[in-house]
Amino acid sequence: MADLVKKATRESYGEALAELGDKYENLYVLDADLAGATKTGVFKKKFPDRHIDCGIAEANMMGIAAGLSTTGKIPFASSFAMFAAGRAFEIVRNSIGYPHLNVKIGATHAGISVGEDGASHQCNEDIALMRTIPGMTVINPADDVEARAAVEAAILHNGPVYIRFGRLAVPIFHDKATYKFEIGKGEQLTDGSDVTIIATGLMVYEAIKAAEELKASGISARVINIATIKPLDKELVIKAAKETGLIVTAEEHSIIGGLGAAVCEAVCEEAPVRVVRIGVNDVFGHSGPAADLLKEFGLCSENIVATVKKAVAEK
Amino acid sequence: MDELLKKQLQITACKVRMGIIEGVYNAKSGHPGGSLSIADTLTYLYFNKLNVYPENPTLPDRDRFVLSKGHTAPALYSVLAHRGFFPVEELKTLRHIGSRLQGHPDMKHIPGVDMSTGSLGQGISAACGMALSAKLSSYTYKVYAILGDGEIEEGQVWEAAMFAAHNKLDNLTAIIDNNGLQIDGKISDVCSPYPIDEKFRAFGWHVITMDAHDFDSIEKAFNEAETVMNQPVAIIQTSVKGKGVSFMENQVSWHGSAPNAEQYEQAMAELRAQLKELEG
Repeated sequence: MADLVKKATRESYGEALAELGDKYENLYVLDADLAGATKTGVFKKKFPDRHIDCGIAEANMMGIAAGLSTTGKIPFASSFAMFAAGRAFEIVRNSIGYPHLNVKIGATHAGISVGEDGASHQCNEDIALMRTIPGMTVINPADDVEARAAVEAAILHNGPVYIRFGRLAVPIFHDKATYKFEIGKGEQLTDGSDVTIIATGLMVYEAIKAAEELKASGISARVINIATIKPLDKELVIKAAKETGLIVTAEEHSIIGGLGAAVCEAVCEEAPVRVVRIGVNDVFGHSGPAADLLKEFGLCSENIVATVKKAVAEK
Repeated sequence: MDELLKKQLQITACKVRMGIIEGVYNAKSGHPGGSLSIADTLTYLYFNKLNVYPENPTLPDRDRFVLSKGHTAPALYSVLAHRGFFPVEELKTLRHIGSRLQGHPDMKHIPGVDMSTGSLGQGISAACGMALSAKLSSYTYKVYAILGDGEIEEGQVWEAAMFAAHNKLDNLTAIIDNNGLQIDGKISDVCSPYPIDEKFRAFGWHVITMDAHDFDSIEKAFNEAETVMNQPVAIIQTSVKGKGVSFMENQVSWHGSAPNAEQYEQAMAELRAQLKELEG
């Protein structure tokens, strides 16, 4: 495959907010002393009066966002996934989720690809946590194009939205000119009949690479990108289960409660087929360069290829 | 305070207390103690201070009220009902299946409720967000919030306190209901938040103290709050948990339990007698 331009989706987040700030005057951005890292600093520079730094106090920040939203403003509360979904979970649940307020949560530095900061900051549990809140939309974009589109879709959606962004630069494989993002709609990237690889976030590009390699080995793999983990595009998933009879999921998140779990839940109820989950296997991460960690934890095309080959052989 | 106004407020507060007992009795559960301790303050706010509109409860310019100590919803519901947001008769449906009157305030279904609360320490942050929004958009509305004295043991309260002072939210008044009791006992025994006044002062707030059951003191405190510039205001009210029902006063056991039929009759008889005396 040709070398693609890379960009971290956290950069896309900050740039999208700065761009959309002109169009949506009621857009406000909140940070908890991490504007430099969440990349919302770009928005802050352009709209200083519409950026609120809450200091290192994520619980309060979620409450401030809730209060702002009751008056018609659209707040994006930004922090690392660990603190936005983890530390502030109960505030998000009770002050935002329960009253179904129009608050958007921009969670950066999700997953193992945080890298050197290590396990304390590598949040592999956020999708699981956010997915359990009734009415919460959960989006995990795969690249720059999708991340920008997701930010605007979140603005246009009335209700709480959790969007997950990464620290690591990842290939931009979507075509900005033609790509259309819709909340709740999955995207079939390649057709295939032996197996379906359902991936989310930075694992989508790995899945595309894996499918090409599998093709050379005579395995026809369908690749589906699920950016909106909740509500899940059940129709697309069930169709794939029925037509290919085998699913392998891939996510930079715990295998518990994330995309793999959501797919299992949908498939078990409506079209039971074997689902093999690739993800962080109920362990904590550790410090190291992101690219090395992704390989070590099996979050790479090589592991997808090996997993698919084994599962297809056992079919 | 004008004597006639004071009498009217005392009469209304007594009716609000009857509504609290009615609700909790019919629910067979709920929190009467801390509801009764804030009945006078809520009556003053809803009948003499807040710009609110029962016929149009979501008007953007209205003043906001957040019951951060959400478990005392029976008091908020009673004052809202008496102010005309919904029928007083509905108070009897508190906590029932199918009722709008959830165990803790639910802004999505109850007219006049500005924020869903119940998990302690969270309402004050939302109130800060509302006050900040007014500052950002040059609205003139004010925001009031009531917190429990036990509630301020929550760390989030102090995150919010820091935020409010930093952002000079002088349109925000937080009332701390200092009735001295929480579920496990005296707040001074459980995990003392004292000195409450010095803590808020240290966090950059203007602090006022008031007697929660004396309308002259209440009026004086809220009038002073309105004169404060560039600082949020904390009114620390000394109150009696269970105020107005003799056997509930200062009894921690009435924090979260409902009266039985006999106790209900006694409480209502006491409140009816107080009302009769007030109405002369």
